[in-house]
Amino acid sequence: MYSLVQVELYKIFKRPRTYIAFGAVAALIGIIQFGLKLDGKSYLDFMLNDLSSSLEIDGKILNGYLVCYVMLQLLLVHVPLLIALIAADMISGEANMGTLRLLLIKPYSRTTLLLAKFIAATIYTLLLLVWLAILALFGSMLLFGTDDMFLLKTSYVVLLKESDVFWRYIGAFGFAALAMTTVASLGFFLSVFAENSIGPIVATMSVIVFFTILSTLNIPIFNLIKPYLFTTHMIGWKEFFDIKVNDSNEAIIGSIQNPDKIIKAAVVLFIHTIGFFVATVLVFRKKDILS
Amino acid sequence: MSSVIQVRGLTKKFGQQFTAVNDLSFSVHKGDVYGFLGQNGAGKSTTIRMLLSLIEPTAGEIEIFGLPLAANRSAIMQKVGAVIEKPAMYEYLTAYQNLKIFSALSGVSKTKTKLLQELGVVGLAARAQDNVGTFSQGMKQRLAIAMAMVNDPELILLDEPTNGLDPQGIADIRNLILNLSREQGKTVLVSSHLLSEIEQVATRLIIIDKGCKLVEGDSKELFDTSKTVVAIQTLDNKKATELLLQSNWAGQLLVNRSSDKEIFMQLDEKHLPSLHKSLVEMGIGVLSVKPMHSLEDYFLQITSTPKYV
Repeated sequence: MYSLVQVELYKIFKRPRTYIAFGAVAALIGIIQFGLKLDGKSYLDFMLNDLSSSLEIDGKILNGYLVCYVMLQLLLVHVPLLIALIAADMISGEANMGTLRLLLIKPYSRTTLLLAKFIAATIYTLLLLVWLAILALFGSMLLFGTDDMFLLKTSYVVLLKESDVFWRYIGAFGFAALAMTTVASLGFFLSVFAENSIGPIVATMSVIVFFTILSTLNIPIFNLIKPYLFTTHMIGWKEFFDIKVNDSNEAIIGSIQNPDKIIKAAVVLFIHTIGFFVATVLVFRKKDILS
Repeated sequence: MSSVIQVRGLTKKFGQQFTAVNDLSFSVHKGDVYGFLGQNGAGKSTTIRMLLSLIEPTAGEIEIFGLPLAANRSAIMQKVGAVIEKPAMYEYLTAYQNLKIFSALSGVSKTKTKLLQELGVVGLAARAQDNVGTFSQGMKQRLAIAMAMVNDPELILLDEPTNGLDPQGIADIRNLILNLSREQGKTVLVSSHLLSEIEQVATRLIIIDKGCKLVEGDSKELFDTSKTVVAIQTLDNKKATELLLQSNWAGQLLVNRSSDKEIFMQLDEKHLPSLHKSLVEMGIGVLSVKPMHSLEDYFLQITSTPKYV
């Protein structure tokens, strides 16, 4: 198994396509950081337009923590496409090249091969998120410095002490890793049915877009299925940035407003991930390799 | 003689309508170069894919090295190497990297020097560090063979290994098969539509058509030179046929196969010189006398009038 995973990772990281995702993430983050560095004040004025008359804010609001949060909101919607580029190609790409049949005549079971491929796709996903974290969090901390984190939510504001922020990012990135692994498992599953990469990549994104629309539509009939859609729970990372308050309406350092919501979302994502993988194995074990 | 491959009643149906392989039985003995012949769509590749467990049979049994394939797949595949139809490899990797990957996947630990030596055996030492995407079809085919051989298999399955190769490449593959069999004692099953190539290497063979076995046997027995078909072209084939019918050669004339374009006779190959002499003595202007003792002729004859066995 170890050598199989090694081989799969070797193949992934020898492909030029793999680095498109890392390049795209770096370029997007670089552009946002550049824009905010040059004209961050205008951005803040626009954000705080309604509040500026009722709130007096001291300190460095546009700090690395806020910049990272802004970027995660923007990027985590698009990262699934970059994950799909690799995950949805794991089997279909091999079928397209004809190498799938060579892999399957080696002395490993189909389940072992799939597991090795899935582990490799998951490692790629995690590395992409580590890369995102390095650039978005540490890069922004370096460029913009750190301070208390001021977040503007739909109907309220959240103020997090500087010392109470970093661990929340560790939690948020950990949760994002789980969400992106679910995306990878969906791409992996769809990859079994095709003999070229384009179909599964487009299908993965279509499923995510379709489910995301259902997750965000406020139509009562859709509310019944929303809790079961993995897309509903993919933004669960934001829950790490909601803090509890005590009876005096003071923030409780180190607390999370709805930890149960995070756990529930993580369970749903985990079940989807396992479900997609098991479905992949069931389909693939019976599949005739004609490519 | 021990059987390396034993197939009984092998059947593969795709959907309800199409039967690609129908109740096929055959055996490959140790040390054989076993020719697997049939026209395009006859079921050769489907059979080979079932032997490699890439396709699940609808019915039948496959035993390799005396073990049922379905229950002993991993153990069997450790001793098998294969090239399946067109060569497939990672085009964004070099020849050396491809070989290294398949060496690792086969559970074989080989040094870089050893892998480069193996590339040298198939004539790719100078291109070892070049991306496979830049290779010609023939080079890819040679690399595919090196990849199939990387685990030093006892049984080698070659599905259409000469596809897309130039004459030199075809000759190289032929020599390689002969070397594997005679020098290294490997058992080789080779399919091809280039039947003349199979004729030169196969010790035993099977011919299939529409998924069914037509004939199986020893190559020497199947290519009995006492029944060589001869194609004759003359200046006036009609007149030549009439003269032959009146001569001592009338019994050897294949009247039904002959036409105005070509005359066919069946005779022992050793009588060819005297046939030629007689044709000249009868005043027939001979353009060519072509013995068709190749497997291709044999194959075309029996597939045109199929008698399933």
